[in-house]
Amino acid sequence: MTEFRLFLIQRITSGLLLLMGAVHLVVLLVAMQAPLSAAAILARTHASPFWPAFYAVFAITAATHAALGLRVIAREWLGWRGTAWGIGLWTVLVAVGLRAAWIIA
Amino acid sequence: MSGPDTALPDTALVVDLWRGDAGGGGLVRYRVPVDPGQTILDVLTWVQRHAEPGLAYRFACRVGMCGSCAVMVNGVPRWACRTRAIPVARQGRLEIRPLRHFPVIRDLVVDFEAFFARWRRALGRFAPASPPPDALAVIAPDAPDRQLVDAAIECIGCGICLAACDSVGANPDYLGPAALNRAWAAVNDRRDDTKGHLRAAARDGGAHACHAQGSCCRFCPVGRDPAGAISGLKRHLVVAALKGRL
Repeated sequence: MTEFRLFLIQRITSGLLLLMGAVHLVVLLVAMQAPLSAAAILARTHASPFWPAFYAVFAITAATHAALGLRVIAREWLGWRGTAWGIGLWTVLVAVGLRAAWIIA
Repeated sequence: MSGPDTALPDTALVVDLWRGDAGGGGLVRYRVPVDPGQTILDVLTWVQRHAEPGLAYRFACRVGMCGSCAVMVNGVPRWACRTRAIPVARQGRLEIRPLRHFPVIRDLVVDFEAFFARWRRALGRFAPASPPPDALAVIAPDAPDRQLVDAAIECIGCGICLAACDSVGANPDYLGPAALNRAWAAVNDRRDDTKGHLRAAARDGGAHACHAQGSCCRFCPVGRDPAGAISGLKRHLVVAALKGRL
């Protein structure tokens, strides 16, 4: 994949993160204002497939954006030109994020 | 006098000049008589005439048009002919080195081949649409696209932006501000077939490799805006890519 495509993916994921981060903050504020207990929040996320799906996409987007950004920093500051560690980092971040989404499903 | 950095030295500037070649070198100290209003180029000329006839440095027009005299002065890339020595001296000292990110030929003379190779890789030139139109394009001087071309086209090719750019230092494949700025002028030229410039700017080391730190704009001696040009290229590239036109 060319550098430009990776740049494009990072730009697109940054836009998605802005939107999804805003939704996440609003949800947090609503839950705190209610106030909802952890059990009440989990009861709602278990009841609807929307929130686990939302946070699964959020986690994948954040993992992709972070891995691409760290990849550029590592290339320019440390001279790491390989791709294997970047793919490995992305895989770990996606796995951690999806595990969290799975728990609230 | 406002402070030690701007205080006029009594009799002489202490000038550390980098001397050497591609194999290596180091700083050599000279004492140059103070002459209020003297430029960095005057300092170099004094050293060559009075202390070191073998000193290699480059200049041509002496009036800020040709872009051939740029050097690093106390760590900052500057044009030697239009930079007054006293205001940029630190406690009466000047450290003058060859331009950063350029291979040295000898002393302060650097090789510009790689600089212009970047312009070629970026297709930093007018590339007319083919076949040519039947009638000559009539472009009003105040047309918005013409204004964008004007803003970019007056680059004097001094290499200061490339020397100032940390992205070039971190990523040697990066085309750099000057080449992309020239490509941006062509993209805004309505007589130009812009696709070639966008494709060149999308290759590895293209516009996306810029981190928008803005050193190119800060140090450009003729007030160009290469960072703005590169941002413009990025916008065009993203739109073209999303529309499948790259």
